[in-house]
Amino acid sequence: MSALTFTLKTRPDQRVDMSPLVCHALENLDITDIAAIKLHCGKRKVRVDELFSISGFDAKHIQIKNSFSKLDYIGKDLDGGVIHVEGDVGAYCGMGLKAGLIKISGNAGIYAGCEMKKGLLEIDGNTGDFLGGALPGNKMGMKGGLILIRGNAGDRVGDHLRRGTILIEGSVGDYCGSRMIAGTIAVMGYTGKFLGHSMRRGTLLLWNAPKLSASFNDCGSHTLAFLPMLFKSFADLNSAFALPENAFNRVQRYAGDMSEIGRGEVLVKTVM
Amino acid sequence: MIINGVQIDATFAEAFPMKGTRAIITAQNEKWAMIAAQAMTGFATSVIACGCEAGIERILTTDETPDGRPGVAIMIFAMGGKGLAKQLETRAGQCVLTSPTSALFAGIDGGIRIPLGKNLRYFGDGFQTSKVISGKRYWRIPVMDGEFLAEATTGQVDAIGGGNFLVLAQSQPQALAACEAAIEEMKKIPNVIMPFPGGVVRSGSKVGSKYKTLNASTNDAFCPTLKGSTKKTDLSPDVESVMEIVIDGLSKEDIDKAMRVGIQAVCDLGAENGITRISAGNYGGKLGPFHFHLQEIMA
Repeated sequence: MSALTFTLKTRPDQRVDMSPLVCHALENLDITDIAAIKLHCGKRKVRVDELFSISGFDAKHIQIKNSFSKLDYIGKDLDGGVIHVEGDVGAYCGMGLKAGLIKISGNAGIYAGCEMKKGLLEIDGNTGDFLGGALPGNKMGMKGGLILIRGNAGDRVGDHLRRGTILIEGSVGDYCGSRMIAGTIAVMGYTGKFLGHSMRRGTLLLWNAPKLSASFNDCGSHTLAFLPMLFKSFADLNSAFALPENAFNRVQRYAGDMSEIGRGEVLVKTVM
Repeated sequence: MIINGVQIDATFAEAFPMKGTRAIITAQNEKWAMIAAQAMTGFATSVIACGCEAGIERILTTDETPDGRPGVAIMIFAMGGKGLAKQLETRAGQCVLTSPTSALFAGIDGGIRIPLGKNLRYFGDGFQTSKVISGKRYWRIPVMDGEFLAEATTGQVDAIGGGNFLVLAQSQPQALAACEAAIEEMKKIPNVIMPFPGGVVRSGSKVGSKYKTLNASTNDAFCPTLKGSTKKTDLSPDVESVMEIVIDGLSKEDIDKAMRVGIQAVCDLGAENGITRISAGNYGGKLGPFHFHLQEIMA
């Protein structure tokens, strides 16, 4: 079956709320109904067919073509199915994702994967701040699932992260893992300042030595049994994380943030 | 039925429903995985007094274990789910948590989930952390040699305990040699354990006793030294020793298979090695719902 495809005709000046265009909401609608759905575009409401040309009919597999950085809320609360996006996306991509796959070929804005619960969010490019984080005022960020970023991520990656895994092949900005409650963030590139600021529990897994605050204590070098299992779980991903040469089980362990409860850890790959 | 000069009695083994589970113990090397496994399955020959029946199912290669280290699969059987959970947790805590370099994983993915490392985590005194990997929760418990990694739960499934057969021989060494040969073959069958020492029991029991406090006592019908003194001996004059192999398994088919290869191994030694008969223990078919008819199994 051919994927239900939305091809952007022209780029609007205002931001567009794409949250109605998710698989589970479109499943039982025919093309005319889908075309008539109204999307918020700035302070206006516009029909889908005013912005997009529509083709295909398989609502379980949505494609968004010619996407750009003002298309917000793509895949919000997606509950099963696949969304493929060609191009960049705006803010809140994959927010509250419940199940399914969202794949972005370009860059994503702020709050990608924020408060997602399950499923897989794959972004080939870079992402903005608060990846997998919590919305302002909320106490829990991502609660499950997996986010894979092939590029770099901004500040506050995994802010208030509660559960789940964030994998970043590139580098991250400041405050990575800030206020983390649990879960895992793995960064192959470099990390910015204030890593793990106020983290309570959880694991920051790093390939390169970070600049750590004084509130992280060195626990020495260790061989940890869970790491090979963690890497094995990435084996099916189309990612550098799946490559056996990138796996390791020998790490320098730092405990922190001691200004919080200090049950979190920063594990840094030990150069053999 | 006679196979290679060995008479197969027209009788059956009577077995009972049990609850069973499997756990996988890994360690730095096979030696230490085996030490932990032996400790965990120790004093678990019979539910009569041990609370459970346990044994080593098989050695696992590094490809077969969750953490890629050498491992051993053990199985534990008990009369009920509650008792099984209690035994599993106590044994895991005292025998695997304590064993150097060990880690503990679920051996059954389905079934009712019972705690494996779920409660052992409290040994970590608040320093324990968990990781959910591929949908399974693992507990990392800090211990003096590093970290003890234990999967939170394992699966409890319906199982069968008490499959058995008796080897009747002209001498004690011949009975033991036949049982050793049988165990060697039966160990190759998955989903079963032979819980007695070395897989062999020399003190088969009957239900009841002349002493009111005992609910089981020696199976005098098969005791060779009582041939002339018990009224109900089941032994011919040429039988000098009887040994029993008890089998617990996850299904009737598994036990069938184990009994078949075991009896076949005994029969391969045959009458020329002093084996005279194969029999089985039962209670007249009134107590256990599972009947393993020897002649049907060997047909």
